[in-house]
Amino acid sequence: MEPLRPSDHIDAEALAAERAESSAERERSGEASAASAIAQPALGVVGWLRFAWRQLTSMRTALVLLLLLAVAAIPGSLVPQRSADPNGVVQYRRNNPELYDVLNTLQVFDTYTSVWFSAIYLLLFVSLIGCIIPRTVHHARALRAAPPKTPARLNRLVGYRATDAPADVETALEAARAELRRRRYRVERYGDSLSAERGYLRETGNLVFHMALVGVLATIGFAGGFGYNGQKVIVEGQTFVNQLGTYDSFNPGRFFDDVRLDPYGLRLDEFDPEYGIDRTTGQAQPLDFTATLTEVTGGVERERQLKVNEPLSIAGTTVYLLGNGFAPVITIRNGDGQVVFDEPVPYLPQDANLTSLGIIKVPQGLDEQLGMIGFLYPSAIQLDSGALSSVFPEPDQPVLTFNAFTGDLGLDDGVSRNAYALDTDGLTPIAGRDAPAEPLVLGLGQTVSLPDGLGTVEFRDLRRFVSIEIHHDPTQTGVLIFSLLVLGGLIVSLFVPRRRLWVVATSTADGVRLEYAGLARGDDPGLEQAVADLADAHSQRLAPTLET
Amino acid sequence: MENLVAYSLVAVYSAMGVYTIAFILFTLDLAKRSAAPSAADAAEAARTEAAPVLNASSASAAGAVRAAAGGAATATAVRPTSSRASGLDTPGGAAPVGATRFQRAAVALAALGWLLHLGAVLTRGIAAERVPWANMFEFGLTATAMGMGTFLGALLWKDVRYLGAYISGFTLLSLGIVTTNFYVDVVPTPPPLQSSWLVIHVLVATLATGFFAIGAGLSIMQLIRSRAAASKAEGLRFVHTLPGASALESLAYRVNVVGFVFWTFTLIAGAIWAERAWGRYWGWDTKEVWTFIIWTLFAGYIHARATRGWRGDRSAWLAIIGFSAVIFNYTVVNLFFKGLHSYSGL
Ligand code: HEM
Repeated sequence: MEPLRPSDHIDAEALAAERAESSAERERSGEASAASAIAQPALGVVGWLRFAWRQLTSMRTALVLLLLLAVAAIPGSLVPQRSADPNGVVQYRRNNPELYDVLNTLQVFDTYTSVWFSAIYLLLFVSLIGCIIPRTVHHARALRAAPPKTPARLNRLVGYRATDAPADVETALEAARAELRRRRYRVERYGDSLSAERGYLRETGNLVFHMALVGVLATIGFAGGFGYNGQKVIVEGQTFVNQLGTYDSFNPGRFFDDVRLDPYGLRLDEFDPEYGIDRTTGQAQPLDFTATLTEVTGGVERERQLKVNEPLSIAGTTVYLLGNGFAPVITIRNGDGQVVFDEPVPYLPQDANLTSLGIIKVPQGLDEQLGMIGFLYPSAIQLDSGALSSVFPEPDQPVLTFNAFTGDLGLDDGVSRNAYALDTDGLTPIAGRDAPAEPLVLGLGQTVSLPDGLGTVEFRDLRRFVSIEIHHDPTQTGVLIFSLLVLGGLIVSLFVPRRRLWVVATSTADGVRLEYAGLARGDDPGLEQAVADLADAHSQRLAPTLET
Repeated sequence: MENLVAYSLVAVYSAMGVYTIAFILFTLDLAKRSAAPSAADAAEAARTEAAPVLNASSASAAGAVRAAAGGAATATAVRPTSSRASGLDTPGGAAPVGATRFQRAAVALAALGWLLHLGAVLTRGIAAERVPWANMFEFGLTATAMGMGTFLGALLWKDVRYLGAYISGFTLLSLGIVTTNFYVDVVPTPPPLQSSWLVIHVLVATLATGFFAIGAGLSIMQLIRSRAAASKAEGLRFVHTLPGASALESLAYRVNVVGFVFWTFTLIAGAIWAERAWGRYWGWDTKEVWTFIIWTLFAGYIHARATRGWRGDRSAWLAIIGFSAVIFNYTVVNLFFKGLHSYSGL
């Protein structure tokens, strides 16, 4: 049986031609012949539905949908995507407000979940399923069927050759059968001819490949709904507990419920970066990042090491090291010397030498609400312009600077505020460039006074923080297995040749006349060689043993 | 170490010099062929032209080959004349009809250039104490070496010397660009790149790129060939010394599917690596998007080859577009698109 192919497959023509050529009557097979593809669809709803279905499951549709998918994926690489780069989207909106509106309506910022992108791949997969189901049924039958009848005229087939041999028909065919079997052909005798076929694995591989593609998508679609991921910043000495409220940001899957969070704790004991220096540029190069953590599960403590490419597996989740930086410990006292703020503040790194940006908000305890924004220079030097700069990412000479503002920080109005942004509109600058007083500058261990006797700021300690991502992704294993099946199926289906060979024996006056020919199903550059090899090996088997 | 880096660069420049001469000779060879296409070439071209596919996957097509070859094989022990027996399939690089002295010299020089090129790759790797493909310069250096190596390797299997001008020209151009524009010194590997997946993922990506490059070259030749066949006009005469369009097409297909398998592996290995490094195996990062686009384009190409009405020129265009996307991915996406894969080193 031929592998079943959509009616516009390139083989369809060849099949029709072969049928027309072959005078031998073929057994009825359930496949779509080229003839039925040419037949007009029957009128009526059913006819039209069938017609539409056949269009959807044709090679041409699959091809066009594949190309469409490739084109539709492009916009998502040109503009920032909300899922991967939300800040980029905000920035894009700020820079191109008009274009933003248009693109946003078109869902370009969510390309890969957009209606149009989804429509293309869903149609493609419907087409794919519609394509593989009948092929699988057909292939299951073909696996049990005998090779088809020998065509009447072999001489128009690939690799045709004829030889004479000193043997009778039965012996010749027996020898040919043995030779074909050795080459793992399935062999069937029709009259004085053998029909042999091999390479059923090619179609199996093709089906496995296409099914595994469906498997990848289905796994992501279903299992993906049960996952979650969240980010958290942990400062040295602090402990993170895997509970819903403790994450800095958290993205649950569709079917997620928080009962699934396995409680465990992680304490950051130490973060140890290692840097080298590029001799030509003098730039610092990160060599290695190691976070030493203590995992606390069910009261048991265990030390763990976390590195960039070496995530930790803890209680069904995976923990990744995403980023790191400094968290200066800052103590603020009011005019009476009472402590109103005393905590490590994670600063966002801005460059390779870890010049970092930090925000401090003090809503209570001072006469007025205080907001400060400033930089940390881990290895500070003063440039000629007077500005500070960091020359190395290690804290050799840490210096903090602050611009300070007073006024309503807007923390009480119920709107959640980004801890890493300070909206200075409506605030009064009290120290800094546009303020009556100079910006605050202080080194490690130093204390400076805020203007107007508001209080003091102390740079008490410098710690490090790591940002980690915690992931529970139930799709990983499934997707990996299906991907490997995709690869395996692909290799098998591209490189296992499916071919037929025929041997026809005709009795002659002084022996037997043998004809050989082959036929390929799909790309098969080695077919002619295979026919020749068979014929040669066969001749050898038949040659009288003439050893003297 | 410093010395090795310098030696590596010297080797690159020497390789470029040798490649330049090889390129000139390959081009002269094409010109020479145009001057005198032999009768044998014409006959051979006509024969392969008649076969819609080299392997003649359809019975009627096979019949046509036989008929065109004039070998109605009825006599005893007849080996049918076929494309396999003709020069274009001669294994081992034995001189086929039409091979000129230029061509032989060009292949020898290309091989010499490649050894220098390989030396440059190896010394760079030893100097850096890691695999030599951690930034754009190194990737370009290694990928072109792979492409050239694939071409020279292919010569042992099939005479594709007519691709020499394309491959050597392309390699030369790429080396010129990477050494002048993308050159960076050896620097320590940043933590996200410290992974054995770097070795595997990028190595296989360069291999895939090499195969796609040759596939695209064959597809370009195929288009030129089928244009020439269609127009009947004289045009560039060297064209007529090439194998037939369908022989080129089926060769291109065989090269491209190997590239596709490598690319599929690259995609999967990249996802595994991303899972280790960034905490998710797929996140539609720009580089991931383009890897996916390329994969989809070549899946389309494979389908096109099997779809009525798409075989021939159209599928050739898809292969060329696919390879252009590979180049785009390497250059424009690396340099100008924002994403996690900002390892160009620039
Ligand atoms: C997600 C979409 C699809 C992708 C990525 C894809 C990819 C591929 C690839 C890579 C191959 C070559 C490897 C092999 O033979 O197994 C292939 C072959 C094939 N595909 Fe698909 N395919 C898709 C959808 C479809 C659909 C919808 C159909 C049915 C209309 C289809 C029918 C076929 C057929 C018949 C072959 C064999 C081609 C031949 O005979 O050479 N595919 N596909």
